[in-house]
Amino acid sequence: MLIQTKDLVKVYRMGDNDVRALDGVSVDIDKGEFVAVMGPSGSGKSTFMNLIGCLDRPTSGEYLLAGRRVSELAGDELAETRNRQIGFVFQHFNLLARTPAVENVELPLVYAGVPRGERRARALKILERVGLAERAGHHAGQLSGGQQQRVAIARALVTEPLLILADEPTGALDSRTSLEIMRLFQELNGQGMTMVLVTHEADIAKFARRVLHFRDGQVT
Amino acid sequence: MSVGALLRIALRALAINKLRSALTMLGIVIGVGAVIVMIAVGAGAQARVEEQIRALGSNLLLVMSGATTAGGVRLGFGSNFTLSEDDAAAVNREIPEAIAAPALRGSAQLIWGNTNWSTQIYGVTPDYLEARQWPLAAGRVFEPAEMSGASKVCLIGATVAKQLFGGADPLDQVIRVKRIPFTVIGVLETKGQSLLGTDQDDIVLMPISTARTRVLGSANVARQRSVGTIWVKVGDGVDTRIVEEQVRSLLRQRHRVQPGADDDFSLRNLQEVMAAQEASSRVLALLLAAVASVSLLVGGIGIMNIMLVSVTERTREIGLRMAVGARTRDILGQFLVEAVTLSLIGGLVGVALGMASSYAIASFFGWRVLLSAEAVGLAVAFAFVIGGFFGFYPARKASRLNPVEALRFE
Repeated sequence: MLIQTKDLVKVYRMGDNDVRALDGVSVDIDKGEFVAVMGPSGSGKSTFMNLIGCLDRPTSGEYLLAGRRVSELAGDELAETRNRQIGFVFQHFNLLARTPAVENVELPLVYAGVPRGERRARALKILERVGLAERAGHHAGQLSGGQQQRVAIARALVTEPLLILADEPTGALDSRTSLEIMRLFQELNGQGMTMVLVTHEADIAKFARRVLHFRDGQVT
Repeated sequence: MSVGALLRIALRALAINKLRSALTMLGIVIGVGAVIVMIAVGAGAQARVEEQIRALGSNLLLVMSGATTAGGVRLGFGSNFTLSEDDAAAVNREIPEAIAAPALRGSAQLIWGNTNWSTQIYGVTPDYLEARQWPLAAGRVFEPAEMSGASKVCLIGATVAKQLFGGADPLDQVIRVKRIPFTVIGVLETKGQSLLGTDQDDIVLMPISTARTRVLGSANVARQRSVGTIWVKVGDGVDTRIVEEQVRSLLRQRHRVQPGADDDFSLRNLQEVMAAQEASSRVLALLLAAVASVSLLVGGIGIMNIMLVSVTERTREIGLRMAVGARTRDILGQFLVEAVTLSLIGGLVGVALGMASSYAIASFFGWRVLLSAEAVGLAVAFAFVIGGFFGFYPARKASRLNPVEALRFE
């Protein structure tokens, strides 16, 4: 089992009120799965994603990533876990616009302490895999939306993570480009990569093999 | 993460906002520039004061004749010749640590060939050159026979030599001082400006007996063996203040000044005049230092301000870096290195600007400026510290962002 959550609870304080964004979520995701997380806004799917991605810590409950209890980690240990084991893809790509594509892809390796030469070689290889080898030297800001998202996917893949977490990855793309990106995800999943995808579009969720529906902080 | 990697990130970030980076540096540039100019001008002034001390002769006391009061009108010191050559001789006799050199002063027109020049005439003894530590550039000093015989020989200062003789050799030439022919037996070395800015080399020295009887002599002056000033040179390693008191009491005793009455002469310790001058130049340097540190402080606050703006602007970038694995210290380091780079580049530009300004000041005002490598190093180190100090708070703020909120930041 790659991801195991037991009774995850996340409570936010909003002014004087406590909001239970997650209210006891227990989910298992196997290695090699392609899971879509769906639900209306405020359903807790983003909170779930943040916890799975080690960006945040649960108020209570347990999260095991590849058998390791990461819900108890903090600060730099979480950063290391994100760096080594998780690849993020965001709705708005989150690339450094004035930096060449290849250096954007290298970024996680910089923080992993990989030497410069090896970094560059690995980044170029991954860019080739997402079909952007000839754009490696372009600044990220000069690329089209679809190309930018491919660079972001390359960045997620470059550390050879255990899973890819994609948060509305097609939210900023037109339908044709969305399709291309989803096919790329399917292809990666076909090669054995575990995919967790957050979306509110049913069309996009169809690419997944399993769908988790969130409502009021719980999986239905 | 290595410093090199952080430096590359910092340089790229600074290059993206070139104008903003340049304007941010400006405060540090001006601050460091001011420090450099301050040090250069301050050290130059210091060196000049030291040079003047050396030119005047160290460990000197100056005794001047007292003021005279004629019908209620008080004339200045030196107007009444209360001092005499005998006083100088007494000092030499009674106070072994001191060499007293009497001097009689006047002015006269000099003529050589068809050129003429107006200058100061000093009637002195050979002790005068000793007291003032004033060596000869050429020729010889007065001989005892010339002193006692009131010979018509003289030593001339460098300015007089230049004005009267141009390029010619003045030695053994005969010049006319108030129409009396004098043989030039020596030329004094250049001494430069006095503390008051007068040219000390514009001078003619002759035996005091000659000056008294032949050139400056009024009946009064001739009769009393009186002199206007006595220079007293205190031996090395002897406290000038002690000798000053000894001279004072000796002269009071010789002049029969009643206890409690004012001195009938003025006694000045030039060492202390110098010390006062040095202190005032130090105060000036301190004042400049205060101004420079205020501008460095303002520059530092400017850096902090821009770094805070930058952290806010780049919140999403920080969130992204955290998501892909940046640790707290990576983010802290990134923004700290950026701030330090900013202030360090500003510091280097400031050094260049300060040096250029110093030399401009030197050539424009004719001031002396002195710039040491230590001073430049200190200024750059100061810029470094400013960057680190004022960059720390924004950097820490960046490193403490919550990744979830940073990623969602609009």
